[in-house]
Amino acid sequence: MSHDLSIVLQHYTDFLFGLGNTLWLSAATLIVGSLLGCVVAGLLLSPARIVQRTTSILVDGLRCVPFLLLVYLIYYGLPQLGIRFDRWTAGLSALIIYHTAYFGEIIRGAWLNVSRDQVEAGRAFGYSGLLLFRRIILPQLFFSSAPLIGNQSIYIMKDTAFLMIITIPELTFAAASIQSTYFVPFASFLAAVLLYWIVTLAIERGVHRIELAAELRRA
Amino acid sequence: MADFSTLLHGALVTAAISGAAIVCGIPLGLVLALIRWRRIAGLSSIIALYVSILRATPLITLALLVFFALPALGVAISASTAAVLTLLLNTSAFNCEIWRSALEDFSFDQLEAARAFGMSPPLMFRRIIFPQIWRTSLPPLVNEMTLLVKASPAIAVIGVVDLTQAANRIGADTYQPLPPILAATVLYVLLVLILVALQRIIERSVRRKLAV
Repeated sequence: MSHDLSIVLQHYTDFLFGLGNTLWLSAATLIVGSLLGCVVAGLLLSPARIVQRTTSILVDGLRCVPFLLLVYLIYYGLPQLGIRFDRWTAGLSALIIYHTAYFGEIIRGAWLNVSRDQVEAGRAFGYSGLLLFRRIILPQLFFSSAPLIGNQSIYIMKDTAFLMIITIPELTFAAASIQSTYFVPFASFLAAVLLYWIVTLAIERGVHRIELAAELRRA
Repeated sequence: MADFSTLLHGALVTAAISGAAIVCGIPLGLVLALIRWRRIAGLSSIIALYVSILRATPLITLALLVFFALPALGVAISASTAAVLTLLLNTSAFNCEIWRSALEDFSFDQLEAARAFGMSPPLMFRRIIFPQIWRTSLPPLVNEMTLLVKASPAIAVIGVVDLTQAANRIGADTYQPLPPILAATVLYVLLVLILVALQRIIERSVRRKLAV
């Protein structure tokens, strides 16, 4: 056991390299996905019925599909139609497309919960346009959706592990390759699990901080 | 046609393995939640740690850990047993949180009243608590089931020929990956819709029973 552990510790740079890829893939998905999610939320709230219906069918459909199948569709399926991506593009675009659907729903919910009274009050105080959005609407959107976005970030991080199947060298891939070279399954996968856990705890802590800040604002 | 039966077989494997994990995971989650709710010293904090770690672990990493580490520790295990165990470990942690939140929200007045009537804790659980918390927990439990089915392709990595793996193989054999992937997607959506429909049916029958 201690032998296994020392092998894992000797290769800690491999694990950190994998973790690094996991983290940047997750962060890129979080940023791009939530921005695109704003657009999707706008479409979901569109007064044009046809736009709203089509978007909501697409979003609900995507949320029924397993993430790995979307990866297969993009990486293995599309080349049949002559559309070819390298593994990084395929993996990252699958992450972004999939989670944009979830972000769209989260942001739509937050938007519906923005207090109309406060918006009216803001208008009465002479706020309008971008200033109204930045000072009155955006803080409410941010604080009310923070817990759900934090939760979604954890799902994103866990979904990046699926990308090992298309040989993207993220954290689980790193653990699997150490295990197959040195046959140290317990120590290597446990190390990966612990790293995922630490990231999750950090995300949860961040969300907690934001919630505290939200309470302070209200007080 | 042969391809379609391969795909259907894969769908049955996915349904059976997820089903086994769900059937065992719901009561297991309830037991874990009860231990946490009663704040049984020692055990309660171990479960809190278990839940916290399991919720942060990708299913695919967990599947690899279970499948490769158990034999290394001297426990022989087949791929499909490892798959059920993986899904069970994962879903029981999420179910524990669902049951626990229902228990923590349970009305204190009712517990007091039951105690005043001299009910023992097991009787109180059977007659008062459980009949109410399962109804409030049903929607989040079904939601967790759908999440589990959607994450279940992770078990393909340890060699289980589930729906995803079946689609993958057909694609590799026929050099036409697109049709099997799309067909598998439709089958997954059907599995998810069946779960949601079951929830609706149960809720409707409960409502009817309560109305009479």
